[in-house]
Amino acid sequence: MHWIGATAVICMILSGWAIYNASPSLPFSFPPGITLGGWLAAGIAWHLSAMWVLFADGVAYLGYAILSGHFRRDIRPVGPKAVLRDLGGALRLRLGHRLGHYNAVQRLLYTGVIVVICLSIVTGLAIWKPVQLGWLTALFGDYPMARHIHLAMMALIVGFLVIHLVLVALFPRTLISMLVPLQAEPETHDEEGAR
Amino acid sequence: MNRKHPSVTADDIAPELAQLCRRGFLKRALSLGSLALLTGCDLSTHSGVDAGLWAMLRFNDRVQAALFSPSRLAKTYPASAITRPFRFNAYYPIWEVRPVPENWRLAVTGLVADKTPWTVDRLRGLPQQAQITRHICIEGWSQIGQWSGVPLHLFLRRVGADLRARYVAFTCFDGYSTSIDMASALHPQTILALDFEQQPLTPEWGAPVRLRIPVKLGFKSAKNLESIAVTNTYPGGFWENQGYDWFSGV
Repeated sequence: MHWIGATAVICMILSGWAIYNASPSLPFSFPPGITLGGWLAAGIAWHLSAMWVLFADGVAYLGYAILSGHFRRDIRPVGPKAVLRDLGGALRLRLGHRLGHYNAVQRLLYTGVIVVICLSIVTGLAIWKPVQLGWLTALFGDYPMARHIHLAMMALIVGFLVIHLVLVALFPRTLISMLVPLQAEPETHDEEGAR
Repeated sequence: MNRKHPSVTADDIAPELAQLCRRGFLKRALSLGSLALLTGCDLSTHSGVDAGLWAMLRFNDRVQAALFSPSRLAKTYPASAITRPFRFNAYYPIWEVRPVPENWRLAVTGLVADKTPWTVDRLRGLPQQAQITRHICIEGWSQIGQWSGVPLHLFLRRVGADLRARYVAFTCFDGYSTSIDMASALHPQTILALDFEQQPLTPEWGAPVRLRIPVKLGFKSAKNLESIAVTNTYPGGFWENQGYDWFSGV
């Protein structure tokens, strides 16, 4: 589910850049070569195709994560104290990682990116159907504001991806663990996760 | 053969099976890299991917038609919200705007009872309707404008159009063309606009008559009309034939 969702999100971002380039609302454009589609019509075709993959994968993931208790057990953010503690550790590059367990900062980031992706889908619907779903567009303060929020959500997802990929690069065995079955590591006495 | 006691059970191969599944995911993950190759697919090639994209466009058209409600109205705005200056947009720059041809008439063809061409005066003789609505471009920008003219549903009934036909097609004397579904054509806010900001249309705003359809993206509001056709044959359009999604409802 992670890989289908990741592919869909990346397709959405890259095709979204092709659409953005048609009428940039900020003083920059994305290089057409790195966009998906390269021009407006193809960007939209990609965007509205990947949309269904993301939607199906998102519904399946949320259903699984809620019903299986994955959210409650692994993702639900813990208190701000724990976040500060783990963030402090992370910033001092004392990154401990136990496979199969998320620390407080991870929980916050994962919850955050799930909320942001949901917001990007909802604002996307608001700017796709501002008449048929006019109530939704009004909720975000009419069409232009919904469009700005949609763009901002994209930026947040890209920001998350950068952090996410850097952390995976620092801890490659987390990637391996997603591809071959490894045992979750038992809890150690090193509670602060620093070593 | 001893069918009751197979030598390998599903449980025996479960771990290997799980591993194979994960390998499949790895391969797909690596194929993220092949996204780079896909960026060449832009609806203009004959590749299978482009064919898939076109098929998805058709599928999304059906979804959009299902989402469309004939009674749901586009939001209207007060005069104070009108965007000024209003942005010119066409498939050519503003200095290539065509003047209205002499002896211009609006032709009506296809599945209609009365094919008499229309003059502007005759169109002005029909009931008029004004609107201040948001024009949303497929490029993402939008602006609020004021138009008034003949409701298209009224015009279609007046010429005795077959209202069960699938498409209403528009051609323009500037070389542009587009088409819409009958349900959207009959929407109460779809008008044949004669005025822009309470003044008769000038050529750059679509003189002498243009379509104004706030339930669709801006490129559907064709300017400088020369003919309207009611048909069951898919007419396509200037941008639609290049890959803009045909329904483009908002």
